[in-house]
Amino acid sequence: MARLKVIAGGQLVDPSADIDKKADLYIEKGNVSRVETKQLLTTEDLKQMEPGEFIDATGMIISPGLIDMHVHLREPGKEKLETIQTGSEAAAAGGFTTICCMPNTTPTIDNQETVKFILSRARQAPVRVYPISAITKGQKGKELAEIGEVVAAGAIALTDDGYPVQSAEMMRKAFDYARMFKIPVIEHPEDLSLSGDGVMNEGYTSMRLGMKGVPFVSEEVCVSRDLLLARYTGGRIHFAHISTAGAVELIRQAKKADVNVTAEVTPHHLSLTDDLIAEDFDPNLKMSPPLRTETDVRALIKGLLDGTLDCIASDHAPHSHESKDVEFDLAPNGVIGLETSLGVCSTYLIKEKHLKWTQLIRAMSTRPAQILSLNAGSLQEGFPADITIIDPGKEWIVNPERFLSRSRNTPYAGQTLTGKAVYTIVDGKVVYKDV
Amino acid sequence: MGLKINHLLGLENVSREDIELILNTTRSFREVIERPVKKVPPLRGVTVVNLFYEPSTRTRLSFELAEKRLSADTINFAAKGSSVAKGESLKDTVRNIEALKIDMIVMRHSSVGAPHFLTKFASSTIINAGDGAHEHPTQALLDMYSIHARYGKLDGLRIVIVGDILHSRVARSNIWGLKTMGASVAVCGPTTLLPQEVEKMGVDVYSDLDEALHGADVVNVLRLQRERQQAGLLPSLREYTTLFGLTRERLKLLNKNYTVMHPGPMNRGVEISSEVADGDSSIILEQVTNGVAVRMAVLYLLQGGEEN
Ligand SMILES: [Zn+2]
Repeated sequence: MARLKVIAGGQLVDPSADIDKKADLYIEKGNVSRVETKQLLTTEDLKQMEPGEFIDATGMIISPGLIDMHVHLREPGKEKLETIQTGSEAAAAGGFTTICCMPNTTPTIDNQETVKFILSRARQAPVRVYPISAITKGQKGKELAEIGEVVAAGAIALTDDGYPVQSAEMMRKAFDYARMFKIPVIEHPEDLSLSGDGVMNEGYTSMRLGMKGVPFVSEEVCVSRDLLLARYTGGRIHFAHISTAGAVELIRQAKKADVNVTAEVTPHHLSLTDDLIAEDFDPNLKMSPPLRTETDVRALIKGLLDGTLDCIASDHAPHSHESKDVEFDLAPNGVIGLETSLGVCSTYLIKEKHLKWTQLIRAMSTRPAQILSLNAGSLQEGFPADITIIDPGKEWIVNPERFLSRSRNTPYAGQTLTGKAVYTIVDGKVVYKDV
Repeated sequence: MGLKINHLLGLENVSREDIELILNTTRSFREVIERPVKKVPPLRGVTVVNLFYEPSTRTRLSFELAEKRLSADTINFAAKGSSVAKGESLKDTVRNIEALKIDMIVMRHSSVGAPHFLTKFASSTIINAGDGAHEHPTQALLDMYSIHARYGKLDGLRIVIVGDILHSRVARSNIWGLKTMGASVAVCGPTTLLPQEVEKMGVDVYSDLDEALHGADVVNVLRLQRERQQAGLLPSLREYTTLFGLTRERLKLLNKNYTVMHPGPMNRGVEISSEVADGDSSIILEQVTNGVAVRMAVLYLLQGGEEN
């Protein structure tokens, strides 16, 4: 097959270089070789190129490949729900060129062998996959994982996501130890004693429904604790899936005080609220942290706008239909997101005029690359040709039956979204196409 | 005219007309159950399943009796010791039961929204007999009927619900129903058992029982689950009784023609003193009798019956 050489006629949006203008992109040996704003190639030139060497991106946005730094791939252990291969295919279909997988697999990603296993599977995958290791052995919160070893094997960050570290002392050690390897510690901020057996946000809707609630303070107590510990140790903290207005404000203040902190937010927390649960108790609206209120959604969007929240990550969490097709409180937490993230964000954030494309792409590509020190998130000369071509006006209906993910647990089924990836390009090769 | 609702899942979104229709129909069935022959034929040929995922002898007996009085065929299904205990999902259980060709399901379940979940795939008529701490509509309807029977109205009455509001489906259904019918509702309990933002349901909120009772017509005392103390929500049952127990002393604060209610079963000497429970103004046993009539009305109307 012919190698892609040029993407012409599109709007190049590259927040890493503050570019948002019409430009052609030249690719050589899998890297960006030139960004050209003058039209060098005539229609004649293009006609002479072989099919596959050229993409006409007229009317499209050319973006650095999207990066999702918070994905659950379920392999090893629960391959029926997702595998590294199927998760990567779903990622490509969603416009992602890089994904990072969370360690709550069986066995846990907390040792060299598992990291190596994931990387070996990742070699066949259409997109780049980076493993994130547990902070503690088995995510049990008791002993540090062999952090030096997993980093040497290729893990790029640490987290006990899903099993937040409850001991402040353990978290302090994690900050101290991780500092040696210059990788971030990712926290799922939640004080489990306050969350108890809550199944949705604690507030007016949970009160009305008599549902057990997860109060917003259970997130904020943990965010406060970690910010204090990060400041004390000089550690580097990244907060996963921030969901409350109060947590945004805590992080905003900490950033002003130069604490080494970054944070992410999910598309569902930016677009959905807890009162939807009262409509028909759809277990696809059950996640951790839970969907919050309108006030929180507004604060999250504002946090994204002013950079308090650095990036958007899907927290793609596949579950079987059987496990979700039950009474709300009995269903597991989590929704998938790889194939809907971009469409949900462009529909709820850009179409609603909260964000511009350059801000969205910064949050979905440039910032996650910076947080994880990846050679990605930019289309400047010399960077890998990891590219997402987005049709910003494309309307499409979310049909879970057509997902490439092995799971279907999405709260957006049947919705019409505006904006979709039409080409996903990794290393100069088209890995997904929807034209 | 029949009911506008197809299932009775809760009272939150039930209209005043529907509630009035149920209360009026209850009145006719209340007469029926005073007759020497208490059985009437309207549900002949109709099969009702009482699907109890949570044990509740009182509610189940009341429904069962209501079904029998209407000549329905009744099957009881208790989750304990059944296929459910072996891990069968609610969906599969209900599909299996429906394959037996049944018409109505009365369900008690510990999960909020379980009866709503049923309506997504079941073809039977669903009656919620209590879902978690959410709603218990027939209990609220029988409470409302009992109050109405005493005062001839609900409009303008002041009703105080005392106790564990946080975990109470009886409280929630009562609030929705009574508010719809124009009563004024207050809730009172220890702050650890009052849900946040409960005032947004349109009720007055108190943690001082004496204040709450002042000028009220009806006091509905909820059962206190002893586990609440173990869960750290209360320092002791003794302190609860001191602060929130309904005693004869406190009755003086109510309006003259006051009424005492309790959904049962009672912890005598904890949330209510024996002399109050057995006093002249207590309608606790009347509530039980009315419960059968209300459930007959609901079953009858949901099966397509009309006011006669
Ligand atoms: Zn998490």
